[in-house]
Amino acid sequence: TVMAAPMTNDQSWFYALALGVSFLKCLLINAYHSTDFEVHRNWLALTHSLPVSQWYYEATSEWTLDYPPLFAWFEYGLSHIACFFDKEMLVVPNLNYASPATVLFQRLSVIVADVVFFYAVKECCKCLREDKGKDLLGKPSFILTGLLLWNFGLLIVDHIHFQYNGFLFGVLLLSIARHCQNRHFEGAFLFSVLLNLKHIYLYIAPAYGIYLLRCFCFTQSNAVLVTLGTIVLSTFAVSFGPFIGQLPQVLSRLFPFKRGLCHAYWAPNIWALYNIADKAFSILGVKFRLLDINKLPKASMTGGLVQEFQHSVLPSVSPLATLVCTLLSILPALFKIWHRPNGARGFLRCLVICALGSFMFGWHVHEKAILMAILPLSLLAVDSRKDAGIFLMLSVTGHYSLFPLLFTTQELPIKIFLMLLFTIFSLASLKTLFRKGGALLNPLEVTYLLGLIPLELICEFVYPLTVWQKTFPFLPLMLTSVYCALGVTYAFIRLYNSLLTCSDTTKKTKMQ
Amino acid sequence: MENWSLFSLCVLLGLTSRWAVSFHSYSGAGKPPMFGDYEAQRHWQEVTYNLPVHEWYFNTTNNDLNYWGLDYPPLTAYHSLVCAYVAKLLNPEWVELHASRGYESHSHKLFMRATVLFTDILIYIPAVLLYCFYFCDGSSKQKVATALCILLYPGLILIDYGHFQYNSVSLGLALWGILGLGLGWDLFGSLAFTLALNYKQMELYHSLPFFCYLLGKCIKQGLTGRGFFQLAKISLTVLVTFALCWMPFLSDPKQPLQVLHRLFPFGRGLFEDKVANTWCSLNVLIKIKTLLSRETQLFLSFALTLLFILPSSLKLLSKPNLWQFKLALVNSSLAFFLFSFQVHEKSILLAALLMFFLFVFFHSMLPLLVKDGLLLPYVVTSLAFLFLSLYLLSHLTRTNEPLFWYFPFHFWFSLVAMAVLSFTSVWLEPPAKFPDLFPVLVSILSFLHFLGFIIYFNLVQLMEPQRKKSQKKTN
Repeated sequence: TVMAAPMTNDQSWFYALALGVSFLKCLLINAYHSTDFEVHRNWLALTHSLPVSQWYYEATSEWTLDYPPLFAWFEYGLSHIACFFDKEMLVVPNLNYASPATVLFQRLSVIVADVVFFYAVKECCKCLREDKGKDLLGKPSFILTGLLLWNFGLLIVDHIHFQYNGFLFGVLLLSIARHCQNRHFEGAFLFSVLLNLKHIYLYIAPAYGIYLLRCFCFTQSNAVLVTLGTIVLSTFAVSFGPFIGQLPQVLSRLFPFKRGLCHAYWAPNIWALYNIADKAFSILGVKFRLLDINKLPKASMTGGLVQEFQHSVLPSVSPLATLVCTLLSILPALFKIWHRPNGARGFLRCLVICALGSFMFGWHVHEKAILMAILPLSLLAVDSRKDAGIFLMLSVTGHYSLFPLLFTTQELPIKIFLMLLFTIFSLASLKTLFRKGGALLNPLEVTYLLGLIPLELICEFVYPLTVWQKTFPFLPLMLTSVYCALGVTYAFIRLYNSLLTCSDTTKKTKMQ
Repeated sequence: MENWSLFSLCVLLGLTSRWAVSFHSYSGAGKPPMFGDYEAQRHWQEVTYNLPVHEWYFNTTNNDLNYWGLDYPPLTAYHSLVCAYVAKLLNPEWVELHASRGYESHSHKLFMRATVLFTDILIYIPAVLLYCFYFCDGSSKQKVATALCILLYPGLILIDYGHFQYNSVSLGLALWGILGLGLGWDLFGSLAFTLALNYKQMELYHSLPFFCYLLGKCIKQGLTGRGFFQLAKISLTVLVTFALCWMPFLSDPKQPLQVLHRLFPFGRGLFEDKVANTWCSLNVLIKIKTLLSRETQLFLSFALTLLFILPSSLKLLSKPNLWQFKLALVNSSLAFFLFSFQVHEKSILLAALLMFFLFVFFHSMLPLLVKDGLLLPYVVTSLAFLFLSLYLLSHLTRTNEPLFWYFPFHFWFSLVAMAVLSFTSVWLEPPAKFPDLFPVLVSILSFLHFLGFIIYFNLVQLMEPQRKKSQKKTN
C-alpha cells in the first residue's frame, strides 16, 4: 500500500535519516579512536598556539602537519571553539592529551562538519531521475540517501577511527552535483577548494581536468577557459599564499615519498597481489631448489612507520613505477571521455575509475582510499543495473577490507552489526529498485561475497586461538588484503568494461 | 523492500544502539565500597559458583547477605551460575571467592556486557519480532515500525546495557508468555510466564491478568467439561515448572522460607530512593513513612493495590479476549507500581513493555541514570526515540493534519515539562534547603502522568469505547 504521506512531508524522510545517523554517531563518542585523534588534536594545538610561519616546521609531535593549508585554516577555526571545551588540548607539548572534554569536542566537530555532507547528498538527490508515485522505500533518492548517509566505511572511519572524511566527501559530492546541474564554475571552484583541503584528491584531478577541458572550454569561447583558470589559480593562491616562502617545506610535508610501497596493513590493491605472488614464488623457488635461500634479500613486509622492502623474486617497485602504472591504468578512461563525453554520467564513471586506478596502483595507498571510489559509485548505482552490481561487489569488499582498522574487541560487535546493516540495506534496496531484469549478482560473485563470512570467522575468531597467532601474527591481515584485492580488481575490470562498451545513449541519460 | 530485510535492519539497529550504549559507564563504576548493580551481578556469579546451593540465600561466613545478597528467585541464580562457568574459563579472577570483590577491568566489563547481549538476542528480540509480526494489525510497514520502536525503547536499553541488569530475560519470557496466550498455546504461555516469574519476582505485576485471562477462558469453555481439563493442565504446568525451578530448595522447609524472605523484604519500608509512585509523592505532603506503623503501611499498600487492580481483573475475567488481556496487563502493572510496597524505579519497565508512549517512564529514571554517569546516552536515545516514534506515528496514520494538532495539548505540555526538568536537574544546583528537589520533582511529575495513565486505561478497558481503526494504538 502506498503510504498516504501528505505533500508537506515529502522531504521529511531525509531529515529522519540524517537525524538518525547523527544520533548513532553521538552514541559512538565513547568508542575507540586511533592515533588520528591525536593527529588532529596536535594540529588544533599548533595552529592555535604557533604563528603561521611555523605551522609546517613544527615537529614536537611525530604527527606533523601533512595536509594542505586550507585544512590547517579549518583546524585553526575549530581551535577557537575548542577553547570553550578544554584549553589544555591546545597546548602543543600535551602529547596524547585526551580528556573527556577533548574527546567530546573532537567527536562533535566531526559530527557537525558532516552537515556539509548532508547538504551535498541532498543536492545529489536532485540530480536523479525520479518516478512519481513510487513507494518511499523504492525511490532512488531514498536509496541513495541511505547508501551515502549511512555508508559503513564513512561511519567507522570518521566516527570511530577518527577522521574528517564526511566533510571532505561532502565538498566532493557537492562539486559533482554542481557539474550535474551544469553549474560548472561552482563545481570547479569546489574541487579546487577540495584539493587544498586534502591533496589525496589529486587521484581524481585528471578526470576533472579532461572533462572540463573537453566539454566546456573548446566548445565555448576562450573567456570560459580564462575564467576557469582564474578560479582555480586564485583558490590555490589564497590557500598557499601565506606559505609562498616555505613552499619546498610544505611540499615535502605533503608528499613524503620516503614511506614504503605498502602500509603496514596492505591496502587490497595490485601490490598486495604482487607481494603475495613474490612470497609464493620465493617459497616455491626455495622448495624446488631453483633459488638459494641465502641469496634472497630478506623481505620484511610489515612493521614500522617506514617500510622499505625488497621483493625476493619479482622486481622491486619504485614510486616512479607506480606512477607510470597508475597513469597507464587511467589513460584509456581519459581518452574515452575526451573522445566521447557522455555528459555528467560519463564524467562520474571516469572519476570513479581514476580513483580506483590510483587505489590499485598507487604508492603507499591507505585502505581508506577505497571510499573515494565507493561513494561516487553510489550515485551511478541507483541509476543503472550494471553499476548496481559493480557497486555491490566493490562496496562489500571494500568495506570488509576496512575491518582491520578497528581491531579492538569492544568494537567488534559494532563493526559486524553496522556492516550487516549496510550490506543488507544496499542489497535489498538495489534489488527492489532493479527487480525487473534478473539478479544483480551472478552466482560466482555471490559465492565470493559469501566467502567473506568464513574469512571473518577464521581471521577474528579462530586464528587468534591457534598457536600460529604468535609466530605469524600478520597472516590474517595478509589473507584479508589478498582476498579483498581480488574483489577490488574484479570491480575495476568490470567498471572499465562498462565504460568502454557503453554507447552514447543520450536519450537515456538525464544528466547532460 | 522485502519484510525479512526490513526486520533484520530493525534488529541490527537495535543491537547497534545496545552495544554502543554499553561503551558507557555502569552502575557503581569505581565507587567502593558498595559499587552498584553491576557488582551485584558479578557477586552473584561468585556466590553461585563457589558455594553450595543451600548456602546461596543464607547469611553465612562465606556469604554476607548485606553485601548484595541474592534477592531474586532461583532462575536468576542459575543464570548467574552459567555465566560464572564461562567467566571461570576466561579469567578465574573474576569469580574468586572473596578476592574478587569490587573487581573492575575492561575485559571484565566486555564479558558482562556480552552476557546481556547474548540473552537479549536469545530471548527478548525473537519475542519482540514474533509479537510484531503476529499481533500487530496494520500493514507490514506498520509492523516493522512497531518493531523498531520497541527495539529502540531507551528504557530497557539504558537499564540493561548502561546501569546493568538482565531485564530483557524476564521481560522477554513474559512476552513469550503473552505470545503463547495470543496464539492459543495456553500451556506454552503459562510455562513461559512461570519461568519469567521465577526469574524476577517483579513479574507478579503481570500475574493477575494472566491468571484472570486463563481462568476466564476456562470458565467460558465450561467448568464441568473441557474447561476443567484445560484448567487442570494449566495448573499442572505451572506447578511442575515451579517445582523444577525450586527443586534444590525443597529438601529443607527452611530453604523456601528464606528465599521468600529475601524476595519480599517487607522489612525495608514503604519506599527507598525517589520513585514515581504514590507513597513517595505523598510523602512530600504528609510524612507517611514516619507517621504510620509498618503494619499499617503494609495494609494500606496492599489494600490500594487491590482496589486499583480489581476492576480491571474482574472485567478480564468476565470477558477473556486478547484486547482485554493487553489492557489488563497495563493496568495491573501500573497499579502495582503505583501502590505497592518497596518499589524500585525499574519496576515500571513492566508496564512500559505494553505501552505505546513509554517516554514518560524513561524520563522518570533520569535521577538514576545521571547518578550512573549515563547522561549522554540518556539524551541521545530519548531524543532519538521521541523523534522516531513521532515521525513514524505521523507517517503511518492516515492523517493530513500537521503533527502538532494531532496530539492534545497536554501531551506537548508534558514533553516540555520533562525537557525543562531534565535540563534543570543536570545544569542547575538545587537550593540548599531541598537538596533532593529535582529527583523529587521528576518523581512527582512522572507519578501524575502514571496516575493519569492508569485512570485512562482503566476507563478504556472497562467501557470499551467504539474501537475505530485506532490510531492511538495500545499494543
